[in-house]
Amino acid sequence: MEETLRNLLEEAKRELETVDSIKSLEELRVKYLGKKGELTKILRGMGNLSPEERPVVGKISNEVRAEIESLLAAKRDEVLKVEKEKKIRSEYVDITLPGKAHEIGHKHPMTKVLDEIKDIFLGLGFSIAEGPEIELDYYNFEALNTPPDHPARDLQDTFYITQNILLRTQTSPVQVRTMEKNKPPIKVISPGRVYRSDEIDATHSPVFNQIEGLAVDEGITMGDLKGVLNLFAKRLFGSNTKTKFRPHYFPFTEPSAEMDVSCFACGGKGCRVCGHSGWIEILGSGMVHPNVLRMSGIDPEKYSGFAFGMGLDRITMLSYGIDDLRLLYENDLRFIKQF
Amino acid sequence: MLVSYSWLKDYVDVSVDAKKLADDLTMSGSKVETIKSYGNEINNVVIGKIISIEKHPDADKLQVGIVDVGEEKLQIITGAQNIKVGDYIPVALHGSTLPGGVKIKRGKLRGLESNGMMCSANELGLDESLLPDYQRNGIFILPELPIGEDVKKALELDDVIEFEITPNRPDCLSVVGIARETAATYRKSYRMPEIKLSEVADKNPANVTIKADDLCFRYVARVIRNAKIGPSPIWMQMRLLKAGIRPINNIVDVTNYVMMELGQPLHAFDLDKVKNRHIIVRRAKDGEKLVTLDDKERTLDSEMLVIADEEKAIGLAGVMGGQNTEITDDTVNILIESANFKGSNIRYTSKKLGLRSEASSRFEKGLDPEITVLACNRAAQLMAELSGGEILNGIVDVYPKPIEEKVLSVRHKKINKLLGTNLTIEEMKNILTFLDFGVICDGENLVVKVPAFRSDIEGEADIAEEIGRMYGYNNIEDTLLKGTQITAGVKTREQKLEDLVKEVFLSCGLNEVITTSFMGMKDLDKINLPDDSPLRKAVKIMNPLGEDQGYMRTTLLPSMLNVVYTNYSRKVSDFKAFEISRVFIPKSLPLEELPVEVKTAVIGMYGHDIDFLTLKGVIEVLLDVLNVSNVKYVRSENTLYHPGRSADIIVDGKCIGVFGEINPDIEENYDINREVYVAELNLELLFKHADDERKYKPLPKYPAVERDIAVLVDKDIFVSDIESIIRETGGKLVDDVKLFDVYTGENIPEDKKSVAYSIWYRSYERTLTDEEVKEVHDKIIRKLNEKLGAQLR
Repeated sequence: MEETLRNLLEEAKRELETVDSIKSLEELRVKYLGKKGELTKILRGMGNLSPEERPVVGKISNEVRAEIESLLAAKRDEVLKVEKEKKIRSEYVDITLPGKAHEIGHKHPMTKVLDEIKDIFLGLGFSIAEGPEIELDYYNFEALNTPPDHPARDLQDTFYITQNILLRTQTSPVQVRTMEKNKPPIKVISPGRVYRSDEIDATHSPVFNQIEGLAVDEGITMGDLKGVLNLFAKRLFGSNTKTKFRPHYFPFTEPSAEMDVSCFACGGKGCRVCGHSGWIEILGSGMVHPNVLRMSGIDPEKYSGFAFGMGLDRITMLSYGIDDLRLLYENDLRFIKQF
Repeated sequence: MLVSYSWLKDYVDVSVDAKKLADDLTMSGSKVETIKSYGNEINNVVIGKIISIEKHPDADKLQVGIVDVGEEKLQIITGAQNIKVGDYIPVALHGSTLPGGVKIKRGKLRGLESNGMMCSANELGLDESLLPDYQRNGIFILPELPIGEDVKKALELDDVIEFEITPNRPDCLSVVGIARETAATYRKSYRMPEIKLSEVADKNPANVTIKADDLCFRYVARVIRNAKIGPSPIWMQMRLLKAGIRPINNIVDVTNYVMMELGQPLHAFDLDKVKNRHIIVRRAKDGEKLVTLDDKERTLDSEMLVIADEEKAIGLAGVMGGQNTEITDDTVNILIESANFKGSNIRYTSKKLGLRSEASSRFEKGLDPEITVLACNRAAQLMAELSGGEILNGIVDVYPKPIEEKVLSVRHKKINKLLGTNLTIEEMKNILTFLDFGVICDGENLVVKVPAFRSDIEGEADIAEEIGRMYGYNNIEDTLLKGTQITAGVKTREQKLEDLVKEVFLSCGLNEVITTSFMGMKDLDKINLPDDSPLRKAVKIMNPLGEDQGYMRTTLLPSMLNVVYTNYSRKVSDFKAFEISRVFIPKSLPLEELPVEVKTAVIGMYGHDIDFLTLKGVIEVLLDVLNVSNVKYVRSENTLYHPGRSADIIVDGKCIGVFGEINPDIEENYDINREVYVAELNLELLFKHADDERKYKPLPKYPAVERDIAVLVDKDIFVSDIESIIRETGGKLVDDVKLFDVYTGENIPEDKKSVAYSIWYRSYERTLTDEEVKEVHDKIIRKLNEKLGAQLR
């Protein structure tokens, strides 16, 4: 009997070798350890044993059972592992298949650039101001030190609605409206649409977008203007960006300057984007003209300020290498979805 | 403003190259646009004189010339026909180079040797369009010049710098003006042209009367007698050519030359054609006619200023002379006009007549009346020199109200404070002195005498700019608002909500578009807008680019439909887009006050899975994110929409927008063969109802009981009515209601539909018993039956 038990164990071991699934493992368990299994069958013959033999055989049979059980358990782990591996193997996907679409809309490229500019100035303590697009001549010109006879009016072809109502040619009137309504310290930027009587072509549009900036407080200097705009340029175009301030003329600032940035396409070496000069003209700026402060109810003896204005369409085109302005207003979704 | 570098060097000693000069002047305030280097690529091209011309024996169209180039006489074959024996011409020798990298070599043409090339003006890089015919059609025929001389020297082919002069600096529209800026930039001095006048004894016979001294501030005149009209010398012609001015004759060229040199426009009249030699400056009569030098008859009005004699107008003041007193080959006696006019009046005349000239573009910016005498004398001197004429004794100078000298007192400290610099008062004085300001230091102040040509200088800020730009803007230290109060950068509630609306639209898959703000009445016809619609009351532009852009839009719909059409016609298969922009609603027409500008959103969609409910889904998400409550959707009566597939959005009883399929008639108008879904939302109204103050509500502690209900109702009953009966009847116990099925078809009568809901019952205070749930559930079923005749399925 003892031998039969040992043989059973050997047989079980052998059979276990061939097991390769949980199902056949379970069958094997039933076969050997089940109620009607081989071990039970053998133990049924215990009755024929002498009382001396019984505990010995009993012990051996327990050992055999324990051994088979532990073998089964070990095999089970092994089989489970194999099965899991198999399952995982069967679950492999072609990771180069295209993903399932979660369609999300795309911002217009000008909005993307504008959002970035807004973020930079919000961080510098500038709030966002808005003003009307159909504007009084007073705010668009007169209060900006550009009376009716002023030669600078010639630079801007204005759309008129009536004698004294027009489509604003610049966002600068928001400066005046802001100063009329608020006491210094004032720090705002004002993005918006402006209008000039130009036929649409690759670089002109009768409707385009500007971003105006204004800071007024005690003790603001031209050094502050340069510092703020320099920081802005580095944030928008990259930290290696250099700036250059050239004297210029605007009726509503004195001194006035235009700011060039080193070309972000070539880093200043000269390329097609910058017309081989290494520099790109980005914005107009200057110290707010004392006449403008005075007309807006701010004492130029006590306060000073700077203002600047830039073209969003142009900066967007430069940033993304867009070579035709019309693309911005045509709204082909195949264009918009690139941004 | 085109300035020849060699011409500039007549007045200031500079030796840097043109590129460096351009960079330095740009940084000190005179912006350079381009540099054109005329002689740059020309090598080994000399002046030659044609000794003989014969026909080429083997070619009809070629001529064989022998050309004296100094050291030798060369045989050169040419196809040009405008040459004759004795002509001086530019000759490109063997081994020479021309602009554009062209190399000229000895060679044979039809068997005969050609030892170089006779050149046209074009081949030398000059603009032929400014030349007279005889110099233009073929070889550039020159006056007598030293044979064998390098053309670069003989024709002064140098660097020409183009400046962009801002409108406040008309004084820089002159070579002397640029010389002054150059001198100040390099802290040097400059010199004015030297004027030597030799008058004859006879008195100047002309007299001048200014009848409009509000428009003409000064009139200076001289008379030249016995002039001989002919071409001006090549050096003057070349300088004019390089400045973009057409050479005409020795008198007109002098007027232009002096204008370029000193910035004062001049005019020369044929004095013998001026009635009684009496110049009268007066306003034109309404309807008065004048033929200007460009052969065009101009009809004038009484706002315009003319130069006249006792009979007739003889010139359009400050703009262009009249043909009736033009200098011709027969002219002998000349009156030189050097006047000063009111800028805005010249601009008016020039604009009104659509006639701009070098003179008007200077006068309209306001010129310095003090320079008129100098310019007149300079012109007289040059005319006498070039035409052999005599300068008659005396200068006419009518100057009713001489301008006063401007003296400003500015504060040294304040200027440093504005610039953010630390300059000494001496440094400031030094800079201003180089710019021709007279400066006296008075303690902490500078007393500044402003030169007459600087009418742009009005106060301390202007002086600060002069100092700043000459010190160098880029030498000013960058600071970050160090002395000022800290401010917080904030967006307004409306700006934040607008951002949120954009985010919602983007996350719903809508792409952002931007269109222009104009519309034409035709756009409104195209959307079948009723004739009595208030949206037809639009703000009209007085001077639009075209009828289709004649109004400010009152609706974003046409722009969106145009974008839809653009994409549809380009075969973009699925289209989802939005725009947020303003519409312009006038309070009255014509405008008396500014119109209301309303922020509006428009959505446009078409595509495979897109229907009414796709669009409604976007609206619902938006209203949910903005936390708008009390929303109702009612069938819209807006005729722009499909009557059965559109809804007005009603919030608290107010319509804030409309959406649905655009009326199929309009789809047809746009040639779009698809269902196009659009929405229009008044964002300002929407924002009024947005509740941005959300409060936390505790999560439920007790479980909900879910019961489903399916009822048969008439087909045309709105499901929203069923839902509101469920909610009303169930009251507080109904925690949530969800429609999960609407079914028509098999097993359902024709005129009915089956509608199925899940209802969640819950109390926030205790666990509900089955009996409680059953009671309210049954009550709901009863009510649905009573009110809508709904039958349980």
